[in-house]
Amino acid sequence: MSAIVVPKLEEAELLTGAQAVAHAMRQIEPDVVPVYPITPQTPIIEEFSQMVADGLCDSEIINVESEHSAMSAAVGASVAGARVMTATASQGLALMIEILYIAASMRCPIVIPIGNRALSGPINIHCDHSDAYLARDSGAVQIFAENAQEAYDYTLMAVRLAEHRKVLLPVLVNLDGFTLTHSAEVVQLLPDELVKEFVGYYRPLHPLLNVQRPTTQGPFDMPDFYYEHKRQQADATLEALGVFLEVQREYEGATGRGYRGYFEVYGLEDARFALVALGSTAGTAKAVVDELRDRGQKVGLLKPWLFRPFPHEALREALKEVEAVAVLDRALSFGSWGPLYEEVASALYPSDNRPRLHNFTYGLGGRDVTPEQIERALTLIQDPKLPRTMHYLGVRA
Amino acid sequence: MTVTNSNGNADSATATITRAVPRVKTLKELAAQEEREKRFQGGHSLCAGCSIPVMVRSVLNTIDIPVVVVNATGCLEVATTRYPTTAWNVPWLHVAFENAAAAASGVEVAFRVLKRKGRTAQELGFELPGEVRVVVFGGDGGTYDIGLQALSGALERGHRFTYICYDNEAYMNTGNQRSGATPPLAHTTTTPVGRESLGKLQQRKDLTEIAVAHHVPYVAQASISHWQDLVRKVEAALRADGPSFLNVLAPCQRGWGYEPCLTVEIARLAVETRFWPLYEVVEGEYRLNALPKKPKPVSEWLKTQKRFAHLLKPENRHLLDELQLQVDREWEKLLRRCEGRVLEV
Repeated sequence: MSAIVVPKLEEAELLTGAQAVAHAMRQIEPDVVPVYPITPQTPIIEEFSQMVADGLCDSEIINVESEHSAMSAAVGASVAGARVMTATASQGLALMIEILYIAASMRCPIVIPIGNRALSGPINIHCDHSDAYLARDSGAVQIFAENAQEAYDYTLMAVRLAEHRKVLLPVLVNLDGFTLTHSAEVVQLLPDELVKEFVGYYRPLHPLLNVQRPTTQGPFDMPDFYYEHKRQQADATLEALGVFLEVQREYEGATGRGYRGYFEVYGLEDARFALVALGSTAGTAKAVVDELRDRGQKVGLLKPWLFRPFPHEALREALKEVEAVAVLDRALSFGSWGPLYEEVASALYPSDNRPRLHNFTYGLGGRDVTPEQIERALTLIQDPKLPRTMHYLGVRA
Repeated sequence: MTVTNSNGNADSATATITRAVPRVKTLKELAAQEEREKRFQGGHSLCAGCSIPVMVRSVLNTIDIPVVVVNATGCLEVATTRYPTTAWNVPWLHVAFENAAAAASGVEVAFRVLKRKGRTAQELGFELPGEVRVVVFGGDGGTYDIGLQALSGALERGHRFTYICYDNEAYMNTGNQRSGATPPLAHTTTTPVGRESLGKLQQRKDLTEIAVAHHVPYVAQASISHWQDLVRKVEAALRADGPSFLNVLAPCQRGWGYEPCLTVEIARLAVETRFWPLYEVVEGEYRLNALPKKPKPVSEWLKTQKRFAHLLKPENRHLLDELQLQVDREWEKLLRRCEGRVLEV
């Protein structure tokens, strides 16, 4: 029951999540980085721009006039044959969505850190996961980080995952806005040379700039081919499940950092009651699990790293022994259950011995996520008669 | 300064007319390039009489170095790339309707950075060309309207690329809906002529001037009818060390309502009636590229097209007069900007 990477203090630095991600970008040294500012992502591109300005990183930044153009330039550069990254949040991701779908369909391996922030309206600059959930069906792979260290490590791993020949898809690395982007933590960076060796060169499969072999990219598909192309894309997205584990193993081999599996489990081995939560909330949840276990309650946590593609089978296996599960969603899907809940429910459906499943909404628009809220969820689900309705944590009546 | 009378006749005594200073490719040379590389092939599904392939061939055959084409969603894109076929024998990219200029930015920067980093064939898995030109084709819908922001951003950032708008004055790919380029009083399916309406009630956006306002090295207005002028402009645009923008009038027989065989003739009339003046702005300096000796009234152009048929009715005479006044006013404004500089091929 410990953090996956325990930074060695003598080798660690005090960095915000945004700075940690900017360092990952500096070390990856993508060829092209189209950027547009938006809170709380801005410090990522500010830090990165300074690194480029100081000659620490040989990347070409395009200061575009919108996130729509950021994503469009990213697709252009990626199809051309360059390694490309960008970063965004909230409305910016919403504006990118049209082109994110196209990036996925054109199999562009663009890595995009997201400083998760609530979608308007009302306008709000603080954390929730409505932006990430909006991208749920775009075809992009999505990873969630719990802390700055994970955001750094997964940004590096995302490059290998995105560019894997079986995958070739955009990858979003989600880190909670402000909670992670703006909070300083102890982070252990890898040596530059090690990262360069790990990510290697990008060798594009069908580069537009190969004028010797002209390609027509982004053609018009009619009913006679569109369906087959979407089917191929669906298969490629599922390939990311296997490649995700492969990249984790290679990362561990190269760095000694053992991220293993689609999710981190904490106290789940003998748990009767479990939480499922994404992102930084898992950190708070671990403290609650410790506290309740000290009081003799058998509770645990499952924190998915991979949200798209969703690891249904592994999750079913991990939760098969528990009596009840509280799935925490940091955004709403109006008129239905939360998106994470729906995944967990769908994962558990084939199980013979399904646990009771409850959905808790929490932390919308940056509302503080307290240990009391999480303890309340773990306490409520112990009641077999708890009604199967959406439960709201931390909201005024 | 060139002086014009109310009929818009230029006073040739004060106009400095320079003819064909740069040598442009001959038809034979264009045909030879066509034969050599067949950059744009037949068999596509653009309509009979469509002006777009005329323009695309003129542009691509003018360029001798490798070219990458970026295409906005529209007639040209859907009619030339129906999977699994393609009319393009050069690298071609389409992403969406409103972002061709932004996508082209990415291509241009990718080429420049990979070149600067000296990426080898071994590292990349392919050989980077020594030189490449990025050319964008977008219709007026994708350029005047939905793609204007992306175009403005790309012009402002100074990418070395050439954006060519084929202006057929409405959303023709979806069946003739009005755009910011549709002339006033034209009938379209979303500005229909009816008992209470006489077509589009608003003015047309002057996109060429909007491009000029970005202080880019080369902006020009051309027409598919004046191929030598177009060829020269493509050459000038490609030489420009920075963004260049060409606005090319490209008649649409379906939307404008005329016999397919008249496309070039109608494009020529738009120039001769001064509805669509040919001019260029080189590093901020305006030059007129066609000074019609005997300018024709705009009605000569309008009467060739069904979309303006209602303007020829006697009761709408005042609208026709108003349109003529507008054309005259714009022409005079342009002449003042050109300050007597005329360069005709």
